[in-house]
Amino acid sequence: MTRYIQQRLLLMLPTILLTTLVVFLMLQLIPGDPASIYLGENQATPERLEQIREQLGLNRPLYVQYGDFVLKAVRGDLGRSVQTNRPVIQEITDRLPNTIILAVLSMALAMIFGITLGMLAGLNQNSWLDAILMLAALAGVSIPVFWLGLLLILLFAVQLGWLPATGQGGWNSLIMPAVTLAALSTATLARLVRASMIEVLNQDYLQTSRAKGLPQVTIVVRHALPNALIPIVTVIGLQFGNLLSGAVITETVFARSGLGKLVVDSIQNKDLPTVQGVILVLATIYVVVNFVVDLSYAVIDPRIRLQ
Amino acid sequence: MAMVESKALVQASERVTQPGRPARSAALRRLRRNRAAVGGLVVFSLIVVMAVAAPIIAPSNPTRVNPIDALQPPSPWYWMGTDAFGRQNLSRVIWGSQTSVQIGFVAVTISVVGGAILGLFAGYHRGWIDLLVMRLTDVMLAFPGILLALVIIAVLGRNLTSAMIAVGISAMPTYIRVVRSSVLSVRGNEYVIAAQVIGCGGNRILLRHILPNVIAPVIVLATLGIPSAIIAGASLSFLGLGVQPPTADWGEMLSSGRNQFALAPWLSIFPGLAIVITVLSINLFGDGLRDALDPRQQR
Repeated sequence: MTRYIQQRLLLMLPTILLTTLVVFLMLQLIPGDPASIYLGENQATPERLEQIREQLGLNRPLYVQYGDFVLKAVRGDLGRSVQTNRPVIQEITDRLPNTIILAVLSMALAMIFGITLGMLAGLNQNSWLDAILMLAALAGVSIPVFWLGLLLILLFAVQLGWLPATGQGGWNSLIMPAVTLAALSTATLARLVRASMIEVLNQDYLQTSRAKGLPQVTIVVRHALPNALIPIVTVIGLQFGNLLSGAVITETVFARSGLGKLVVDSIQNKDLPTVQGVILVLATIYVVVNFVVDLSYAVIDPRIRLQ
Repeated sequence: MAMVESKALVQASERVTQPGRPARSAALRRLRRNRAAVGGLVVFSLIVVMAVAAPIIAPSNPTRVNPIDALQPPSPWYWMGTDAFGRQNLSRVIWGSQTSVQIGFVAVTISVVGGAILGLFAGYHRGWIDLLVMRLTDVMLAFPGILLALVIIAVLGRNLTSAMIAVGISAMPTYIRVVRSSVLSVRGNEYVIAAQVIGCGGNRILLRHILPNVIAPVIVLATLGIPSAIIAGASLSFLGLGVQPPTADWGEMLSSGRNQFALAPWLSIFPGLAIVITVLSINLFGDGLRDALDPRQQR
């Protein structure tokens, strides 16, 4: 098991390193002078530009700049926001909890409903319940997140007045964003759980357990579910990434402060240091989450540990 | 969002194998029997026709401002109402199909062409090319969902072209992986070795012998990629990072309609409905296509 962890860790580090390279190169790839891009559209006098070049070390060779970028990033120094002139890392840490709470709550909703509904559909394959659930799931993957958010606001905030439309007061302002964000993952999971369940239910060992007269509950919970879950765990890790990126849209729809809204606003304001910082943080979180998922995969499925 | 089901899609499309001629007509027969899939194809074809014929069928110019009739609710004169500038919502929904269909097709073409080239080379030549391409896909996949598109748009600027490129590139890793793994499974086959023995060049073998035999899963993936690309494109426009006003686009319409949300809900309902109908229709067709080509479905 230790060897497995080491192996996964060794695979993860180069990915994160290359991610920093992509984020670093963003600045170089934008047409125009990096210094004036860094400054944004304001106060680009020649002196100020030269000062920025000196300050950011833009006069040095590219590989030196990259090394510097990585070393600073490791120490949590992601530069300063062009918009607010505060350290980017501070802008990020201010908003990170909001986004994490939203993503984790949505993940919990998606797992509870996705797995339950998927199992119901899989166990009742080709029944009317299955048909309805799968139609709902197909609708779920076909509805754009932002439109679902708008419809929920229209119904629950504008028409019924039950929930606040935007902002982040108490828990009730979290309900609609979380449901909106969870919808797509719930539908995706339900479709997968159903397929996985059907595949497992057709295996010989389940025929055996049925033949020896085990009660249906035992068959499903003890024998079918654990094996059906194996492919699902991987997908849950991938879904977490989709939730992080879905937060970009959900936070904009509900005007919630968070990393997603920060990155969209920063792109619109041409605040490149902030864009770089947020993208780097989100990608790193995603890679680390998938590392953890890989490990849990080995816990669930002993065959992987032994490889 | 473009990669919502990417892993699952990879697994599903890997099960889709290249059918021989009799199997191909059997697949076609299965597809034709699937009513949902046929219905989806019909609806999507109508939407493509609507996009092409927009200048003829739209009742008015989608960008012409008419302040006197601003924010009219749906009525016999304005079927879908008007927006804050008095522009007819119906005309804008009809014209909006153009950008959506365009993003769907162009972005998927970028993913397919790029993914096929990289996947073919990586899978056939192996060695350092393979290593390089696989590392590249790993890095691309480290930016989940719409994030890679955001990186590309931050670099290229906010407009329709960069949105199409961004969506196309960010969906590419899935295609690279599927093509590569299909190539790996056929490269040792006798017909490939035979082609090598009679002295065919590498590119000729790739294009004439290997490509036609790995294309089926890519077709399924591409079909299911169109709705994802349309949603991703609309999301970018909704965030103000894709199509810019005053061009009619469903995502952009939802974004501007949001300000008059409580006052004029029709501005938010119709464009969203248009996206859902379009996406649902291709999803139904794509699901049907996948089931028809999946040999395990044969009973």
